[in-house]
Amino acid sequence: MAAERMTVSQFLSNRRGHRRLDISDMLTYLYLTIGTILMFGPVLWLVASSFKTQAGLVKYPPPLLPYQQVQVEVAGFDEALPLFEVTMEDGSTQEMAQIRRVGIEARMIDPADPEAGEIKVNIRQREPVEEVKLAWENYLDPLIELDNFDFFTYLKNSVIVTSVATAITLVINSMAAFALSKYRFKGRDAIFVLFISTLMIPITVILVPVFLVITSIGWKNNLWGVIIPGAATPTGIFLLRQYMLTIPDELLDAARIDGASEWHIYWRVILPLARPALAVLAIFSVMWRWNDFLWPLIVLSQNDYFTLQVGLNAFQGELQIQWHYVLAMTVVTLLPITLVFAFLQRFITTGIATTGMK
Amino acid sequence: MQFTSLQNPGFPSLLAGKGENLRLLTILDPLTRPILLMLVTAVDRLLTPIQRRVGIDKMGYFFILPNLLIFGIFVLLPMLLNFYYAMTGGTKLFPADRPFIGLGNFETLFDCGDFLSPNSCQEDLFWRGIFNTIQFVIFQVSGIVLFSLMTALVLNRKIVARGFFRSVFFYPVLLSPVVVALIWKWVLQHEGLLNAIVEIFGGESTRWLLDPNWAMFWVVFVSVWALMGFYTLILLAGLQSIPPELYEASSIDGAGSWQDFRFVTLPLLMPTMFVVLVLALIRAVQMFDQIYVLTGGGPGTRTQLLVQYIYTTGFSNQIQLFGLSAAASMALGITLLVLTLLQLRLGNQSSLA
Repeated sequence: MAAERMTVSQFLSNRRGHRRLDISDMLTYLYLTIGTILMFGPVLWLVASSFKTQAGLVKYPPPLLPYQQVQVEVAGFDEALPLFEVTMEDGSTQEMAQIRRVGIEARMIDPADPEAGEIKVNIRQREPVEEVKLAWENYLDPLIELDNFDFFTYLKNSVIVTSVATAITLVINSMAAFALSKYRFKGRDAIFVLFISTLMIPITVILVPVFLVITSIGWKNNLWGVIIPGAATPTGIFLLRQYMLTIPDELLDAARIDGASEWHIYWRVILPLARPALAVLAIFSVMWRWNDFLWPLIVLSQNDYFTLQVGLNAFQGELQIQWHYVLAMTVVTLLPITLVFAFLQRFITTGIATTGMK
Repeated sequence: MQFTSLQNPGFPSLLAGKGENLRLLTILDPLTRPILLMLVTAVDRLLTPIQRRVGIDKMGYFFILPNLLIFGIFVLLPMLLNFYYAMTGGTKLFPADRPFIGLGNFETLFDCGDFLSPNSCQEDLFWRGIFNTIQFVIFQVSGIVLFSLMTALVLNRKIVARGFFRSVFFYPVLLSPVVVALIWKWVLQHEGLLNAIVEIFGGESTRWLLDPNWAMFWVVFVSVWALMGFYTLILLAGLQSIPPELYEASSIDGAGSWQDFRFVTLPLLMPTMFVVLVLALIRAVQMFDQIYVLTGGGPGTRTQLLVQYIYTTGFSNQIQLFGLSAAASMALGITLLVLTLLQLRLGNQSSLA
């Protein structure tokens, strides 16, 4: 593999045996550096911003890291006081805690020496003392006390939709692929062509009638209405069928001689052997379902049934966008997919190279 | 088909080698196994008498049945119903309650003084949607082809940490459209990162998503950002399937790197490029969610594309015009059909190449 890559990559570079970096190498790394900043930068910026307080988010120009004003405990006060750096009349500076601000004057106290008493300072003469501190409350508040964003419900709905839909997709598509690859029955090829010809018909083209079917069944505002319509996916059938064709028929015949029923063969012989292809379809299905937006948006109109994507969209669409929560919840939403990516990248790339589908 | 022209299925095995991925499954196994076993045995009991009666080959019908049912109810039936909807009016959902108006919806859609100016049309939003879609598709698809080709060429060179860089460019592909839109909405907002950077370099801060031309630019940019990794991967597979002997031969002939690219890489990559082009076209024509969250179609209707028109007309407006929505979706369907046929033809050619 490495040798092959080397020869292929002789294209444009190193082909004359240069060992040092030449101009084209430098351009390559420049491209990669800019690319990395452009591709990862916005995501990192989202994560960094999600740890800023509401006050920190409105600061402009925005600081790179989440800063918060230092709070100090001062003897004699119940609550922690914000710390400032005060420029004294003689030009020296001193760190002092603010007790209260009235108009343009602030009453300050020296936290190291509260006995010295309060002094009054013009607010222009003080600068907040800040430290890097993560605002975990952006993540924790929505879990308990936001009445217009029910994070746990959305998460639960998303998890149910993703897992149930993936399980159903795997079972019915592997059954169909088994039938299409290992049996000879009338109409088999016609059915296969029918499946494949709808490969490029997205649900977008048939929104209204699918909505009618869902409504007639009574699946409006019901997670089944989101799960079932996309379960029979031509991509899945195609992927699995191609793989099952490589399983030798002799294996099936041997099992039949041993007295295994067809169902037993499907369950005990075909499914275990088709595991790599099933894994690829499972990962695809998780990605499709977790990220799905337009169809859930149409089927689910009540808050209680929202998936994360729909809930997040509704939450960010409110008149006063509460960015500190929106950013934190966006991070939570992209986390599972990022984990899937980190651990199962190999399967995703193989799947795409094999089917040309996402 | 486009998929057959790409790569042999070289699946990595879940079982061989590194099995860490399966750890979670192993933990769940004792819980799920008895339930599964019961289910499987029950199905087997049910099926054995049937199999005895119909014989082995007809069992194929049983295995395909669940899929065919769902497919029939949620894909085939709706495809037929869509024609009926397109020919009925009113705001009722159930077909029986809807008056038949023949081609009325299409007449409404195509009722234009001048087809080149949306303002003269009765359904000006439909035409605006079409023009915006055409503009979006042209810029987005050329952006995707250009940048994914450049990235694939760069990633195909002898570089350090290729796996890392490949992941970097691929990562956004997996993010949901909603998440992608929110990431960029945050970067592009008026007091956002981009304006801060622009000001450092002495520029003026702009309301990127409220300026009509910038809004279209960013909508295109963000979708290229989110999708190009996918096409890069396909092109990379294409590049790596070019036989290295060809480069050896061309270097014996004294070809330079540009000639290598022009006379070896490009011609051999052409079939894959066509696949990428058509796949990107098909996706671009259907663009909805990212834009819907990023700009909501705004400012005004500047970034409202065709699918958003279908969605708003049928589902999010106060008056739900399902017939008009279905008629408009047929326009989309026909476009996709043409593109798919084009792809099939090119796919056949490329598998010959």
